[in-house]
Amino acid sequence: MSRSGTIARRGFLIGMAAIAGGVAFGWWKYATPYGNPLETGLPYGGATLTPYVLIDASGVTLIAPRAELGQGVQSTLAALVAEEMDLAWDQVRVIHGPASSAYFNGAVAAEGIPFAPTDTGWLAETLRKATEIPLKLIGFQITGGSSSIPDAFDKMRLAGAAARATLVAAAAQRLGIEPSALRTEAGAVIVPDGTGIPYAALAVAAAALKLPAEPVLKPRTDWKLLGQSLPRTDMVAKSTGTETYTIDIRLPGMKFATVRTNPNLGAAMTGYDATEALAMPGVHAVIPVENGIAVVADTTWTAFQAADAVSFTWAPAAYPASTSQMAEALSQALASGKHDSRNRNDGNVETALTGDMFQADYSVPHLAHATMEPMTAAALFDKGTLTVWAGTQLPTQVITEGTRLTGLPPEAITVHTPVMGGGFGRRAEMDFVCQAITVAKAMQGTPVLVTWSREEDMTHDTYRPMARARIRATLAKGKVAAFDFDTVAASVIESQVGRLGYSVPGPDSTIVQGAWDQPYAFPNYRVTGYRAPAMAPVGSWRSVGNSQNGFFQETAIDELAHLAGADPLEFRLTQITDAPSRKVLEAVAEMSGWGSTPAGRARGVAFVLSFGVPVAQVIEVEQTAKGIRLTNAWAAADVGTALDPRNIEAQVAGAVVYGLSAAIRGEITFAEGRVEQTNFPDYEPLRLYQCPPIAVRILETGPKIRGIGEPGTPPAAPALGNAIFALTGQRLRDLPFGKAASFA
Amino acid sequence: MPTTLTVNGETRSLDLPSDMPLLWALRDGLNLTGTKYGCGVAACGACTVHVDGVAQRSCQIALADVEGAAITTIEGLGTRDALHAVQAAWIAGQVAQCGYCQSGQIMQAASLLSENPAPTDAEIDEAMSGNLCRCGTYPRIRAAIHDAARRLQEV
Repeated sequence: MSRSGTIARRGFLIGMAAIAGGVAFGWWKYATPYGNPLETGLPYGGATLTPYVLIDASGVTLIAPRAELGQGVQSTLAALVAEEMDLAWDQVRVIHGPASSAYFNGAVAAEGIPFAPTDTGWLAETLRKATEIPLKLIGFQITGGSSSIPDAFDKMRLAGAAARATLVAAAAQRLGIEPSALRTEAGAVIVPDGTGIPYAALAVAAAALKLPAEPVLKPRTDWKLLGQSLPRTDMVAKSTGTETYTIDIRLPGMKFATVRTNPNLGAAMTGYDATEALAMPGVHAVIPVENGIAVVADTTWTAFQAADAVSFTWAPAAYPASTSQMAEALSQALASGKHDSRNRNDGNVETALTGDMFQADYSVPHLAHATMEPMTAAALFDKGTLTVWAGTQLPTQVITEGTRLTGLPPEAITVHTPVMGGGFGRRAEMDFVCQAITVAKAMQGTPVLVTWSREEDMTHDTYRPMARARIRATLAKGKVAAFDFDTVAASVIESQVGRLGYSVPGPDSTIVQGAWDQPYAFPNYRVTGYRAPAMAPVGSWRSVGNSQNGFFQETAIDELAHLAGADPLEFRLTQITDAPSRKVLEAVAEMSGWGSTPAGRARGVAFVLSFGVPVAQVIEVEQTAKGIRLTNAWAAADVGTALDPRNIEAQVAGAVVYGLSAAIRGEITFAEGRVEQTNFPDYEPLRLYQCPPIAVRILETGPKIRGIGEPGTPPAAPALGNAIFALTGQRLRDLPFGKAASFA
Repeated sequence: MPTTLTVNGETRSLDLPSDMPLLWALRDGLNLTGTKYGCGVAACGACTVHVDGVAQRSCQIALADVEGAAITTIEGLGTRDALHAVQAAWIAGQVAQCGYCQSGQIMQAASLLSENPAPTDAEIDEAMSGNLCRCGTYPRIRAAIHDAARRLQEV
């Protein structure tokens, strides 16, 4: 049975070849960032062979160095290597592995350039490649932007192919025959008489050989694992309660802690009184952390109780104190005329916006990530070393923060990245990790697990920013003649990257993400992004700017279709030329039987292209005595190459649910500087009884392989809103819909 | 005063505050970490265990209230080598994504099936409405419960 494991007790983090009887292929120069003999043998920007394969006596362990947030990435990444190594799937063990710049993500920023994902021209492609240079220099090991699969597709297959080739070469050398006389199957080199030599028996000899400069990849027709729906390597553990999340880390002598920090986000704690808390049985210490305190106790519950007993004085927030004031700041930025970006300005919108003009304003609120596992991190500071366990999308940044907080050199810091109870962008933040390190430093020799309460988690998120838009348009001959899309939000990049200690000059592409880069062929087409001043902390929330702009645009397109007297799906098809985009619309029409809605029901369609993936969705609703009920959902997405169809289907369906949760009831509001929602009863996600059947079709016509963690989210809200309009005639331009409509 | 209860068939004596929720006694007292903390207010169902065979939110049960009771957690429902039908159906249907809520989902589903061996979609909706999943695995949960019902009837 495939299984997940932990690197903790293997002890192969230091050194090169044979460690504890194991051999790590590609482990060269582990301490020297990016050391990689294949790099010079490949075209610049091409795939690199990095350390992904470890073989010891117990078999082959594959390193899948991306955060397992639930998206199944570790299974698919392992399959890339296993395919080329000819491993059987039940032989595969996969671990996250250590934090290392060797695992930098070269693809995460590729869609931040000012070219639409559908633009594959020379300049666009050159600039995409160029984004890999700074990413490589920074050496960020990051999970995000639906980039794990595009980043890994070549380089992890090459790693597998290189490992296989050296194993074959070692066998050939041992037997004194040509490598071409050998083949590989199920984790063994098969000699001409049909007997097999397990990789484990060849590993040490193979590690002494030079890796091939240009490993040869299998053609797709030879794939046995890739393209198949494989059982996820973490499924048995997750179905038996035996998976170890950070919150489940238990070490000898471990203490349990929680934190309370200023609810005026980012502002200081000016005083506290922990006398009562410290007198409680089972409480060990109260330790100042940034903007608050941590309580360390015998159990998490005792820590929670003790934290309730601490009294605080908090500095006020530096941002507008209420949601209505924040909304006003957005409106002012929108009216200022000072734009942050204008990546699309086709034709002449000003002159085309004459006569009978459509104009509408839209808004979306702040949103919390609300992962099921609240923020948690464990740390041990002992004898000049720091060990951190944290569910993080940025493991290398944990080393940076550990160095800053403890003064230890990077090589004294070890980071373990357990699987995560959801991420959705929240675990790209360092706040909870820094708290655990601070507490561990004060509790030397004692491992400490810091667990946030749900209330701390809900009120100290880095929220999806509230956003507004104004769309003006004209129609001619049943089509859009001019489309002018102004969109405003606070900058996610400024806020999020700023918290990591970097500044990013220039416009924020996330403000207009999902707006300027859509494949509509309107003759006069302008998209302008406006940056609101930094307010409460904001961050990446599944699909980032696409989450708001997809809603704004696709609601407006639907309104225009109705104004034109056109079928909303056909209206889109007549104005989209990009072939994969057309195909997902056609697919969703066919799947849903578009045009033959059952009596008493109504349907809405929406289309958003994000992270290079065109996604079309149809949502069907009906009116019941208890309110609007969602009766069906259909989604079609084109990922270029589908490595694991069943897992991709799960990602799309899950992303629809995530989008619908936000669309119906998701809203974070501020009053007196503080978030008003504190737990699930105030921030109610979709529940099973509200979830319709969701049919998903995966297409593979696009020119590039794409990631699918995020693109399913943006169309859900507009498809639902458009369905509600079709059902009731009520046009809902502000999220969440639950404020204006009742749902069953 | 230690509290005595039966957890997964074993008698356990716990020297913890009697008002401590069962959830934390299991997790931090007995290191049975399969039962998850999600909200602490019985709004998410991640902490669901069986108390004398019935699904309950362990975050709302004081240790004193289960003195002498029989508690089953996900670890006691079935194991890797001896899966409960619900767990087998979950694996066959590849339900879990992040998996954090799934212990609670599985415990709730097992409790449902012990009372109602062939639930309809509406009955599943009703029984599972207290268990949140942020990854959106609901359609697969629904399918897996039907599958588990079939598996239980074949036994």
